[in-house]
Amino acid sequence: MNLIAFMGAIELGLIYGLIALAVFLSFRILDFPDLTIDGSFPLGAAVCATMIVSGFNPLLATVISFFAGGMAGLVTAFLNLRFKILNLLASILTMIALYSINLRIMGRPNVAIITEETILTPFEGQGLPGYYLKPIIAAIIVFVVAIIVARFLNSDYGLAMRSTGANQKMARAQGIDTNKTTYIGMALSNALVGLAGALFAQMNGFADITIGTGTIVIGLAALIAGEAIFSTRGMLMAVLACIFGSIVYRIAIGLALNADSIGLEPSDLNLVTALLVTIALILPGAKNPLKKLMKRGN
Amino acid sequence: MINVQDLRITFGKDTPNENKALQGINLSVAEGEFVTVIGSNGAGKSTFMNCLTGELIADSGTITIDEKDVSRWKAARRSSLVSRVFQDPLAGTCEALTIEENLSLAHSRGQKRSFGLAINNTKRELFKERLSRLRLGLEDRLADKMGLLSGGQRQAVSLIMATLQPTKCLLLDEHTAALDPRMQAFVLELTNDIVQETGITTLMITHSMGQALQFGTRTVMLHEGQVVLDVSGEERSSMTIHDLVDMFGKVRGEELDSDSLLLG
Repeated sequence: MNLIAFMGAIELGLIYGLIALAVFLSFRILDFPDLTIDGSFPLGAAVCATMIVSGFNPLLATVISFFAGGMAGLVTAFLNLRFKILNLLASILTMIALYSINLRIMGRPNVAIITEETILTPFEGQGLPGYYLKPIIAAIIVFVVAIIVARFLNSDYGLAMRSTGANQKMARAQGIDTNKTTYIGMALSNALVGLAGALFAQMNGFADITIGTGTIVIGLAALIAGEAIFSTRGMLMAVLACIFGSIVYRIAIGLALNADSIGLEPSDLNLVTALLVTIALILPGAKNPLKKLMKRGN
Repeated sequence: MINVQDLRITFGKDTPNENKALQGINLSVAEGEFVTVIGSNGAGKSTFMNCLTGELIADSGTITIDEKDVSRWKAARRSSLVSRVFQDPLAGTCEALTIEENLSLAHSRGQKRSFGLAINNTKRELFKERLSRLRLGLEDRLADKMGLLSGGQRQAVSLIMATLQPTKCLLLDEHTAALDPRMQAFVLELTNDIVQETGITTLMITHSMGQALQFGTRTVMLHEGQVVLDVSGEERSSMTIHDLVDMFGKVRGEELDSDSLLLG
């Protein structure tokens, strides 16, 4: 693994750290297994790339991507809360619908923005090579977002949201409108994914319809890695663990794919991820966000 | 304070499992009254409680609390007027959250939940002061997860939570049923002390005839979704457990096999 590949792993790890954070919000905080993010990640990328190609300000495009992701989360929450569709199924419905919507937004399966102006443009040409610049910008954005999310979870409202996932009946008895907190939590979770999509598109110079495949599994892998390695006592630590877990996971994958002796190809990535997550779930003592799914009922 | 008029609810209407849980309950509770509610299994006690808190919305009838018609209010909205302690110690508190976080949730009941910090030193001092009356040493364990506490400790904290914010009435749904006898006595004493101090209007469901007469100022018996007995004052204070058990048998239209089961 050379320096450029290493920095690339950190950059991707940071961007997917936002996704791990989103998975933390939905699976852990709200107890809502949400697969929408397989659709809201390419949605964020599609909205951002299409807006940039159409000449909009890249910062505005990034913000709009954030809100587009949030809308996707609201749709899933609406299907679940209003029509009582099982949460997992509701998120799959939104995810599959987003595939078509993303194609409509982009007009074609792939939009290149490699030559366009992005949020990175103002910082380029200052002597710092791209493989340093990208992870630095990503780190600033991701850590600012993470700290805001942690602060939110420590607030009165954030605590209400946490109790919604932990004990709904008790939450209602304490005057918490659990539907509202679920809507807001799901919107926030998917908004973070939309933002991750927008960052991904701008760092890599393209948006593609297929980039969403397996996003949820990568997010879970990062979440599990983070919780296994770092102490998660307190919200700030739990949130930072998501991001560091994601970086560790990316570096581990990068090492595995780069080691010639193992003979893995980059196309084996999803297989390796699935295996890693499976092992993490089987290992005794591993905290397991999927355990709830394996149980019957809701 | 609480006024219930002709409250009715039917589960599984027009199905073979149709269950008329409440069949026209009328009950008026004055401010400061401490009412104990008894009745056999399936009498509608818990359903009635759930209707009062808004977990269930009745099919017909009205509920007014503190002069407000709350019949159609959902649980979250009613929480500004009523606070409750559940039968299941695990239900009333959040085991994944710390003791102080649980208390903080209760502290914001009926208030607007903002983006200010959920835990700060002012609140911590208040929580410590309130917990110290329990003499369980919980005031030094504020940052411990609720899940580490025993059922009795959790019910005691639930009581503190229920009365952390001023509230119009306190609903206790067999809140000592799941506890061992020692903890049961402790939580009951605590309940009585808190009710006496605050003078809060209280409804306590219980399975124990002894508790029903020992605590409170008035006793109500439910049977088949209706109020069949309502005693207070002289009549009540001269009543023995046996009188109550006899009445209990009478309304059921049968002699009870084992009175001792109910005397506990």
